[in-house]
This record gives sequence, structure tokens and C-alpha cells, in this order.
Amino acid sequence: MTVTLESGLRLHPQVALRPEPFGALAYHYGNRRLVFLKHPDVVSVVRELERHDTVGETLEACGVAALRWPSFVKALDSLHESDVICERDS
Amino acid sequence: MENDTLTLPGTVEAPADEAVLEEELLIEEISIDGMCGVY
Amino acid sequence: MSVQSLVSQLKAGLDAPICLTWELTYACNLQCVHCLSSSGQRDPRELTTAEAKRVLDELHDLQVFYINIGGGEPMVRRDFFELLEYSIGRGIGVKFSTNGAFIDPDKARRLTSMDYLDIQISLDGIDAITNDAVRGVGSYAMARRAMENLAAADFGPFKISVVVTRHNVAQLDSFKALADSYGAQLRVTRLRPSGRGADSWHDLHPTNAQQRQIYEWLLAHGDNVLTGDSFFHLNALGESLPGLNMCGAGRVVCLIDPIGDVYACPFVIHDQFKAGSVRDEGGFARVWKQSPLFLELREPQSAGACGSCGSWDACQGGCMAAKFFTGLPLDGPDPECVGGEGEHALAGVSAGAAPRPQMDHTKPHTARRLIPVSAG
Repeated sequence: MTVTLESGLRLHPQVALRPEPFGALAYHYGNRRLVFLKHPDVVSVVRELERHDTVGETLEACGVAALRWPSFVKALDSLHESDVICERDS
Repeated sequence: MENDTLTLPGTVEAPADEAVLEEELLIEEISIDGMCGVY
Repeated sequence: MSVQSLVSQLKAGLDAPICLTWELTYACNLQCVHCLSSSGQRDPRELTTAEAKRVLDELHDLQVFYINIGGGEPMVRRDFFELLEYSIGRGIGVKFSTNGAFIDPDKARRLTSMDYLDIQISLDGIDAITNDAVRGVGSYAMARRAMENLAAADFGPFKISVVVTRHNVAQLDSFKALADSYGAQLRVTRLRPSGRGADSWHDLHPTNAQQRQIYEWLLAHGDNVLTGDSFFHLNALGESLPGLNMCGAGRVVCLIDPIGDVYACPFVIHDQFKAGSVRDEGGFARVWKQSPLFLELREPQSAGACGSCGSWDACQGGCMAAKFFTGLPLDGPDPECVGGEGEHALAGVSAGAAPRPQMDHTKPHTARRLIPVSAG
């Protein structure tokens, strides 16, 4: 599955987020994967995914400029591939 | 990593260097084993 | 807000380690010639179970997600399982490094029942001849038995960790095949002249030609083989190996030793790299955040004598443990500099001038070179 603006996602329950000055460290207890979220806006979006129906609505709610949406979708797709975020129904 | 800029209708195109910045990796994965100085 | 490169952020240090090594005991049932911690005999000042749990509480509060437990032989501690369970209970995943002596079928089943646990079995040769010359008679059989027991208990993927020496470089493919046969992950790491390793390093460390072989082998197998990022000094040979390619000591990792002393990493157990103690006021957290040693390591490092070499950005001047224990200055080439600068510098180090490891728990009569192993 490729992440799109229509996707409904959330932080994986086995992932812990540790704030860092530049963003956050995401550690997945299940698969031992370690991902750095390198911008505070990515951290906000990841945290907020659960509260909105779609990625697009989350980006909007977090005040991410539309110009940046493609980069964010790409980042979310990587995070999905690492299982840091997952589909909301899973 | 490609460096294309996507222009959405109704938005003002950002200056070129800011567009490059936005395409930078927003996430980076590293191995929990990939740190020198542990067993 | 610009996104600074991740590596430069990490070099400046984080508010908590990402992971760390914790040597639980200096006691060991083996006497490997190259032991980085000069282990053998228990230190009477070892952290108590209660003290160890307080350290785990601190690591929990710092949000350290994962620790690497070692020693000596960590399973020798009577509270080993108690501490494992406490750590996991506090949300700290554990990988422990062991020679496998104590992983009998019963323990294998117990370990299999635990979650968030990784096991790393040490092996330095593909057969008893090669392995036991470094790790002692019977140690190969011990390690293989542990692997069989873990496989029989359905533990799942464990790790096989190999320290690369002059005598096992030719066995890298065989190590990979062995790991594959168990569905295990292979890990190969750099030999440092640390602990007892100081005495055998000149005989055991790979030759220049072998370093190139190691580099090329890692490039070919990089995706499937772990290295603990220990070969970044070889990056001067060409394309960088996978990994952060930086020294993590005091920046994102550190060592807690069996008596609670905190060092920059397990390869520099020496006063020069001691940051403090978990028994000090403020505990581990204060040492990590405020020790002068760690603050200094988090400052930008200069190329020093390597400034005119075009490879410094790739190799970062190599490993400070390798330099320190061979008597080389820290702001110069690594002893295994691929450009030969380290070899050149070593020629200028007088016999006996290199610093000696200060914490030495080696049992009497322990071999410091190769251990005689009969072929029969």
C-alpha cells in the first residue's frame, strides 16, 4: 500500500516517540527499527494522524503549507514501510 | 533522490532553494546496531 | 527551519543515549585472549541487584529504549533473569551478548518465552581450531550448543557476533552461511586493542590487504550483515559503508561497567575516558548530561594531523580506542589507516609507551597471545 492524501493512518501501538531538539526519535519495539523524524512538523503530523480521517486533513489541521505536502506524503510513506505508522483499521 | 517541485493550483511557487529544502529527507532510518561504541 | 544533517546532530550529543552497553559483571567462565574488558574475576564492588534496578529506572526515565548487556559473561550473575525481566518490564528492550555456556535447553525455553529480547552469541572462528585459539578450548562447542538449543526452542533469529581477526577474514563467507543456516543475523565487528586485546593486537589485527577484503566483502553484504558501525575507518577506501559512520562514544552511546563507572564506550575502559559513576550524586543522568568528558566529546572534532588528507571526512580519523591503546595521539591517524599513515606513526611509538588498561580482572595464568589448540 502506498500512502496518499486519502489514507487513514495512525502511529503503530508498538512505537515510542522520544522528543529531540530537531524532532523526535521513533523506536518500534516489535521490529527494532529506529527512525529519526527530522522536523518538528513531521512529529506533529505523526501524532495527529489518529485524530483525522485522512492524511490530507491532518496536514491541513497541522498547518502544513500545501507546497510541502508531497514531501510529507513521501515521508509518511517511508514511515508506513517501516511500520512506524499503520492503517487505522489494523 | 529526485528533486522535482510539484506546483499545486492556487499556490505561489516557492523560491528554488526553499523547494530544494522541502525535498530534503524529513525522516531517516538508522539501525539500532548502527552506532559505533556498543557491543 | 533547516534540517541539519542527522549525523551532525548526533555528533553534538543527545539528551539521552540512543542505546548503551552495560557490562553486568567482570566475572567470566572464559578467558578470551582479546577480551575488551579484561574480564575473568568478579569485582567485589559490583552493583547490587537494587542498584542495577535503580539504573534501569533512570534509563526508563531518560527513554532509552534498548540496551546491550555484556560483561564478562552476563549469565554468570545470579540475578541475570531478574534484571532482564525488570528491564523489559520497564520498557527497555535488551540484547545480551554471551559465550553461550549457560544456554541449556531449559534456559533456551525460558529466553524464548520473553519478549523484546535479542541474543548475541560470540564466535570468532568457523571451527574449533580457529575459534578456540582465541576463545579457549571448548568454547566453539559451547557456542554451537547454545545455537542448537535456541533453534530447538524456536527462539527465532538470534545474532552471531564475530570479531574479525587475521585468522578469520578468510572465513567471512562461512560465517554468513552459518548464520543463514540458523536464520540468524551475522554481525562482524572490528578488533580494537582494548583490554587484553592490547597484548595480542599486533598479531591478531587484519593486515592491510585483509582490510581491503573486509571492506569489499561488507560492500557486497552490507544489507544483511550488522557491523555495529565499527568499520568506518575503512571508508577512505571508497564508497562509504552503510551506517552512521561516526564514533558514537559519549554522544549517542556509552558504557556502564560492572561497578557502575561510566565510560565513553566499552573499548576505552581507562581513566582518560571515564565520565563518572552511576553511584555519584545525580546518578547516570547527571553523568550523561554534564560530565566534562562527554561535553568535550560533543564538541566538533578537528582533523588535527590528518587535516591535509583528503580522506578525513570519510574516515573521521578512525577509532579513538585504537589510537589510544596503541600509543598514538588522538588527533592523528588511526593505527589501521588505509593510507598507511597509522603504520608510519606506530613506528615512532617506543616499546611500553602505550597506555595499559587500568581495570584488569584477568585470572592468573591467562594466555595473552594465542591459546594452544590441538588438531586432534
